Amino acid sequence: MTETGTYVYAIAHGAGGPDPSGLEGVAGAPVRTIEHAGLVAYVSAVPLDRFGEEPLRRSLEDLDWVEATARAHHRVVEAVSEAVATAPVRLVTVYTGEEQVSALLERRHDDFAEVLSHVAGRREWGVKAYAGRPAGTPSSGGREQEGESPGTAYLKRRQASLHDRDTAWRHAVTEAERVDAALSAVAVASRRHRPQDPELSGREEWMVLNGAYLVDDDLADEFVATLDTLRGRGLDLELTGPWAPYSFTDIDLGTAEAPDDV
Amino acid sequence: MTSEVSRGAEPTRRGRLPPERVALVDLLDRLLAGGVVVTGDLVLSIADVDLVRISLRVLITSITEATMIDPEGLGEPVRR
Repeated sequence: MTETGTYVYAIAHGAGGPDPSGLEGVAGAPVRTIEHAGLVAYVSAVPLDRFGEEPLRRSLEDLDWVEATARAHHRVVEAVSEAVATAPVRLVTVYTGEEQVSALLERRHDDFAEVLSHVAGRREWGVKAYAGRPAGTPSSGGREQEGESPGTAYLKRRQASLHDRDTAWRHAVTEAERVDAALSAVAVASRRHRPQDPELSGREEWMVLNGAYLVDDDLADEFVATLDTLRGRGLDLELTGPWAPYSFTDIDLGTAEAPDDV
Repeated sequence: MTSEVSRGAEPTRRGRLPPERVALVDLLDRLLAGGVVVTGDLVLSIADVDLVRISLRVLITSITEATMIDPEGLGEPVRR
């Protein structure tokens, strides 16, 4: 029999969370809860021959595996966060056993309680802004001056094209700052993710904003309305969400403050 | 392009997209850069985000190289 670890999806307050039975976690395993110190962790067992350190390194090269794991993780987090304030846990967080998870809930109770109160009654919205790239090197039909060699004409056109590009980029970035500032004014907190690689986003345009905004549920309509007023100024704005508050629970509960566990 | 202006906005305004419809790339932004990180007493966790980013990039590049003609037209040999 393969050794198993305990995969943790999310932490919530002990009361009011959804019944985990029927929830399917990563690798198809049933989701369970571990309750301790007034908190509850949503977990499932995972085989260490797939989730151990070395196998994981190989698994991460497999996009199908990454996608299946990410979607399973997301499914569980969604189910919990639709019902109660939730602190999602980073993808692939695996403990050796349930006792370790209980110990975590006890030791870090106050940290979790603080995170949960920060995200209660709020959801995360994502806004991405794209700017069209100006056409690259003009292909043909350039204005070749009389007596000018084709090479010189090409270089001139190339230079003009780079200048256009630079101007367009600056304009797009400035506009993105305005969008971010206006949205942040409605939000409780905001954060920027790295722009997505065009190969992953599937869009050729520049991504000049990949923002996440934590918004009071009462202000969600206002947030969306604000976004709509920002459209049509040269940026293509894409809204995603509402999400569980993934981008606002990225606290690091490291070992630095817990030398007493050793 | 204009047809895509409101892509993503309309369905989400009325409620959440079903988890299977959420774009993987948006999900990974959050799952790899967000969430509570617990280090120390773990078996493991993805602490090194770049590892995954690089893995995905390598994977996608290898797919692209195997199936597409060099898009830049730079005459680089196309690997199979």
